Amino acid sequence: MGKMTPDAVRAAVIDCILSVAPEADFDTLRPSKPWRDQLEIDSFDFQNILVAIDARLGVDVPESDYRKLATMDELVGYIISRLSA
Amino acid sequence: MTEFLMPSLGADMEEGTFLEWLVKPGERVSRGQVVCVVETQKGAVDVEIWESGIVDSLVAERGQVIPVGSVMALIHSERETAKGAREAKKAIPKGVDREKAKKGDEAPRRRAASKVEGKGGTATAEGAPTPDAGRRIRISPAARKRALELGVDPAEVTATGPGGVVCLADVERIGAPATRSDNGTVAKNRTRSTESVADAESRRLAMREAIATAMARSNREIPHYYLGTSIDAGPALRWLERHNTGLPVAERLLFALMQLRAVALALRDVPTLNGWMVDDAFRQAEAVHLGVAIALRGGGLIAPALRNADTLGSTEMMAALRDLLQRARTGQLRSSELTDTGITITNLGDLGVESVYGVIYPPQVALVGFGRVMDRPWVDDGKIIATRCVHTTLAADHRVTDGAVGARFLGRLTDLLQEPESLWGK
Repeated sequence: MGKMTPDAVRAAVIDCILSVAPEADFDTLRPSKPWRDQLEIDSFDFQNILVAIDARLGVDVPESDYRKLATMDELVGYIISRLSA
Repeated sequence: MTEFLMPSLGADMEEGTFLEWLVKPGERVSRGQVVCVVETQKGAVDVEIWESGIVDSLVAERGQVIPVGSVMALIHSERETAKGAREAKKAIPKGVDREKAKKGDEAPRRRAASKVEGKGGTATAEGAPTPDAGRRIRISPAARKRALELGVDPAEVTATGPGGVVCLADVERIGAPATRSDNGTVAKNRTRSTESVADAESRRLAMREAIATAMARSNREIPHYYLGTSIDAGPALRWLERHNTGLPVAERLLFALMQLRAVALALRDVPTLNGWMVDDAFRQAEAVHLGVAIALRGGGLIAPALRNADTLGSTEMMAALRDLLQRARTGQLRSSELTDTGITITNLGDLGVESVYGVIYPPQVALVGFGRVMDRPWVDDGKIIATRCVHTTLAADHRVTDGAVGARFLGRLTDLLQEPESLWGK
């Protein structure tokens, strides 16, 4: 996979979330607050989103890292750091 | 001739709006095949047929509101076809030699088939796929409904859904080109929220009405009793963490799956909680099909069946659960999944409450509720330790069982979650 810009990563992550939760409203989402609560993402949805992220971006998030993905900014930042590692 | 009827897809359903046939007159149908799509208060549902045979005539038309139990189509069932063949064989005159009679055996079937062909107007040989079947569009019921509304031909739509299925968003992309923009993501989002506010509102109201009907009936008819117990989730969660280490995301199990499995196994020991009240008598379910309560986005609730939850392996069961959830939310449920659940499980764990006291979904006789995982002090062997626990409740129908039975069920459930290796044990 070629090098992605941070904006491209964010857009891809949003697409992955929308594929599971098509109604998710990113216009009103506060990026520094927990995104799962705001978008009503339960544990099944969350897992499906991670599956989508793995398929789309090739990043497999271990369960021990789940707590690092609380806010949208953290989630995108985490994926960027994994992609550039 | 067998009548194919509008099914009852839940205690709350009185009628359905017919959307579309997926078969044609003259076409062979087999048991379990999805033959049409019906719009219910809980969304569009793929309806299966439970009799193999040949479609004679299609009675229901698009947009028609059809009461439960009314005829939608006429089917030459396989049994009738076989009977017809036997009678024709008997009719072979005596004196015809055995060899000829044997050959003659096949003839009535062929004649029967050609008669159906003539009626249907489509020249298809019995059992052969119709010319359309090869290029049938795989499309979700919700997307199909929307395509009809928008006048979009599903064949023109680029499918992006799992397995090449045309999904709602695909149809709406084509159906509302004016709202398309360069930023696909935002446009998709906006399209959804502006496209059919009235539609979404009427769907929401229909869903509320369906829930209101079922729950009012439940509280009117079912003498509920409630039991609750705190279960130490530590052993199960530790087992889960070990199990999931190193597994790709898609193969990891969820705690909710272990809870469902424990319910399924406990029901084997206490089967009188798994079944239905039919005409004032309890009918026990023959299999363990768990109704999994799923909150729908935009409001409402549906509890389709996770089938054979007591026999599936852990990986299969996780895949089945994920599939069920996905289809519940995209409106692709099958009629059987809404009719044969013997008990409902609600798990409000992710919403952060400690306990949920459920209302039984009639004609079922029990509902199990799980709260969220909580960090709590726990007394073990005289010492206070920190543990993670889950408050678990049972609402059950006092006409069928008493508290002692419910208590035995919760006891068994607790034991199973203390021995997580036994959940999918050899």
